[in-house]
Amino acid sequence: MTVNTKAIGQVRREKISNANLLMYISIGIFAAMYLAGILIWGGGFRKPQQIFDILNNYAYLIIIGCALTIVMITGGIDISVAGIVALVSMVDVMFLKGRLLPAEGMSDGVKVALAACIAIGIGLAFGAVQGALVAYLDIQPFIISLAGMFFARGMITIVSVEPMQLTVQEEPGILDIIQHRIEIGFLGSPNKKGVMIPARIEIGVIIAIAILFIIAVMLRKSRIGRNFYAVGGNRQSALMLGINVKRTRFTAHLFSGLLAGIAGFVFMMHNVSGNATNATAGEMDAIASSIIGGTLLSGGVGNVIGTFFGVMILATIKLIVTASGLTKPWWQTITSGAMLALFILLQSVVLANRGKKVKLPGWMKLGKG
Amino acid sequence: MEDGIVLTMRGICKNFPGVRALQNVDFTLRKGEIHALMGENGAGKSTLIKVLTGVYDKDAGEIHVDGIDGAVTIRSPQDAQDKGISTVYQEITLCPNLSVAENMYIGRQKGMRVQWKEMEKKTGKLLESLSIPARPKQQLGSCSLAVQQMVAIARAVDAECKVLILDEPTSSLDDKEVEMLFSLMRDLRSRGVGIIFVTHFLEQVYAVSDRITVLRNGELVGEYEVQNLPQVELVSKMMGKELEGLSDLDKAASANASSGEAYYEAEGLSSSEAKPFDFRIAKGEVNGFTGLLGSGRSESVRAIFAADRVTGGKVTVDGKVKNITKPIQAMKAGIGYLPEDRKRDGIIADLSVRENIILALQVMKGFFHPLNRKETEEFADEYIKALEIKTANQDTPIKSLSGGNQQKVILARWLLTHPNYLILDEPTRGIDVGTKTEIQRLVLKLAEEGMSVTFISSEIEEMLRTCSRLIVMRDRKIVGELKGKELTQSNVMYTIAGGGKENAC
Repeated sequence: MTVNTKAIGQVRREKISNANLLMYISIGIFAAMYLAGILIWGGGFRKPQQIFDILNNYAYLIIIGCALTIVMITGGIDISVAGIVALVSMVDVMFLKGRLLPAEGMSDGVKVALAACIAIGIGLAFGAVQGALVAYLDIQPFIISLAGMFFARGMITIVSVEPMQLTVQEEPGILDIIQHRIEIGFLGSPNKKGVMIPARIEIGVIIAIAILFIIAVMLRKSRIGRNFYAVGGNRQSALMLGINVKRTRFTAHLFSGLLAGIAGFVFMMHNVSGNATNATAGEMDAIASSIIGGTLLSGGVGNVIGTFFGVMILATIKLIVTASGLTKPWWQTITSGAMLALFILLQSVVLANRGKKVKLPGWMKLGKG
Repeated sequence: MEDGIVLTMRGICKNFPGVRALQNVDFTLRKGEIHALMGENGAGKSTLIKVLTGVYDKDAGEIHVDGIDGAVTIRSPQDAQDKGISTVYQEITLCPNLSVAENMYIGRQKGMRVQWKEMEKKTGKLLESLSIPARPKQQLGSCSLAVQQMVAIARAVDAECKVLILDEPTSSLDDKEVEMLFSLMRDLRSRGVGIIFVTHFLEQVYAVSDRITVLRNGELVGEYEVQNLPQVELVSKMMGKELEGLSDLDKAASANASSGEAYYEAEGLSSSEAKPFDFRIAKGEVNGFTGLLGSGRSESVRAIFAADRVTGGKVTVDGKVKNITKPIQAMKAGIGYLPEDRKRDGIIADLSVRENIILALQVMKGFFHPLNRKETEEFADEYIKALEIKTANQDTPIKSLSGGNQQKVILARWLLTHPNYLILDEPTRGIDVGTKTEIQRLVLKLAEEGMSVTFISSEIEEMLRTCSRLIVMRDRKIVGELKGKELTQSNVMYTIAGGGKENAC
């Protein structure tokens, strides 16, 4: 943990950079929204478990949010991530049910480990192909990943037309492993009968948080991480500065695919089901989270800590909408949409005003000649 | 290799299809000197630099670099850098979203981890020793262009270059920033770096260089010590002719015209960018807006053409009251406008010369009445000839033309619409002396034929030479008008400075 806090501490420049400013804004907004939730609706918001529930439900979104942040920092986009998540969860469920490969004699632990390897393999394969097409053939990343999304969604139905579910009757051992929850007693809260129920965190959350910090450190501390920023800042300049731009863009997509694969595994652990409609529009939530967290679509700016808070904001919006009695699903999307628009507006207003402050002295100088 | 020489190029030849870009050019760079490479647009400066930096392969000739035995072959800009030849381009090739320190070291580091502490410490030392006013942790985008330029130079120097090429480094800097850059250049010279300085600005060459090599039409004219080559001679060597007629243009006709009937008249014209002002121009008159950069001269003419949102004022064109709130209305009223920033507002880089020429006429006719191919070819031919536009053919994309020729294409675009009133905003910026004079002559010729012209230029001398009436602006207000005998440099200066102690903003 010491390394991580240090990394965050160093991000702070003498003057807060635009990216960090946007991140602080999103942290502030999350805090304000959550506080409003506690004050106005109380109830669930007061329990620490509420936060853990968000994390449990959205662990996969945090991971593909990181993926999108990396790609967007290099100036690209990857909309295939949610398709990969859905494909991986279907393939994993089929594998764990023994319908994909003969898996007799394997212990449940080995099966789960193999499922994780399959997830990573699928993710890397998608990342490598998409990355190669984007970086070396210079095809628009939007088009390539759109094709990747269609391909992944289509593959799900080839693997199984029917939705698949891991059940207690058929796979009790596997469910035991992947549904394992870490209990934290002191953050628990009493239920209606007054019995203390400990707070519960899924393994997927631990994976997501670990990835979040690994990526945060990578973006800040490693050569490849900084190259992502350079390529996104100005591709031509990056080339002139001696950076292998093609390899950097390839690597970004490879990371994105890998993370999407892991996210698929985490999604499967939480939902224990495979379905062609799993994680529908998840790529859009991931893009929205990155943008809310301060990543710019134009590239060169962003960090994953902001993306994490972007995910938390999206989740809190949904919670608040539900808490205020608008239970129909479309209210959630409408409100999320409106909030996103508002947020982007806020960002550009803040950045424009900062820009003015910076530019004014230069203009005055021109006036004086 | 002789002592004290860091770079020799001998007999360099480079041909492009149909063009002999370089013929048998020699170039010698000594240790610790600033060597200006001069020539008009198209003289072969850029080609020579690109051969030296490995962007182009040379067709013939030898390059020797100090410390490397035998002739060297330079394959790519990266290869050039490895051999000690670094280039700082006119456009800054750094990443604005990264810190100054990162920009110094990114792409040059070894290993997986970024050593922030060490990198920032080393950068801090280097910036200090070169007295560059930037902090290592500062985001590069927050530095002024001049400082960014200097950081780029510092990076090149830190890569232990022997030859530093500065390609038009001063074109977007103001005087103070240019001076900062010069002191950095002198500092580097005293450290033994050989600097090749490519620029358009003659004064700057004399302010900082030790030697000058002049190219013309891809051939070497000669190498001179600065003190042995007066400025006028340098110009005549670049142009290849004596400078007759450069300074005295006949503007009597335009001067007489200025008292005549007004073609365009505005009362209290204002736009989102310009404060209300009155303005008139007579038929056949050449007048100009002058003032410092940012004094509102461009904003005023943009208001006339309605290039910015017009907010008020009464406009009379040719005796009739007109409502001009959109550029198309201005065009239909016979007004043409050649914008200041030709890269942004003027040329459409990927279209051909012909398409760029007919653009304005096509807009005026409306897109549902397309000009036929033959007509457009005739028009393009006529103006390519009339303005002596140097282009391979009319299908060449305009982006591959030199700056001066691009400007001529835009001029042709407006002349083709046969405007009665033409506004030229900085038409001669960044183009060579010869073309400048041609454009000035053309302006006066057009006026003689009855066209009204408003001319804006940063060079007061040029304004004095072309305009018969000057409107002087300061702080976005018209503060004076000069004509006839009042038109002297000191008068303009005095009017600009004129008692006003308050500054803009």
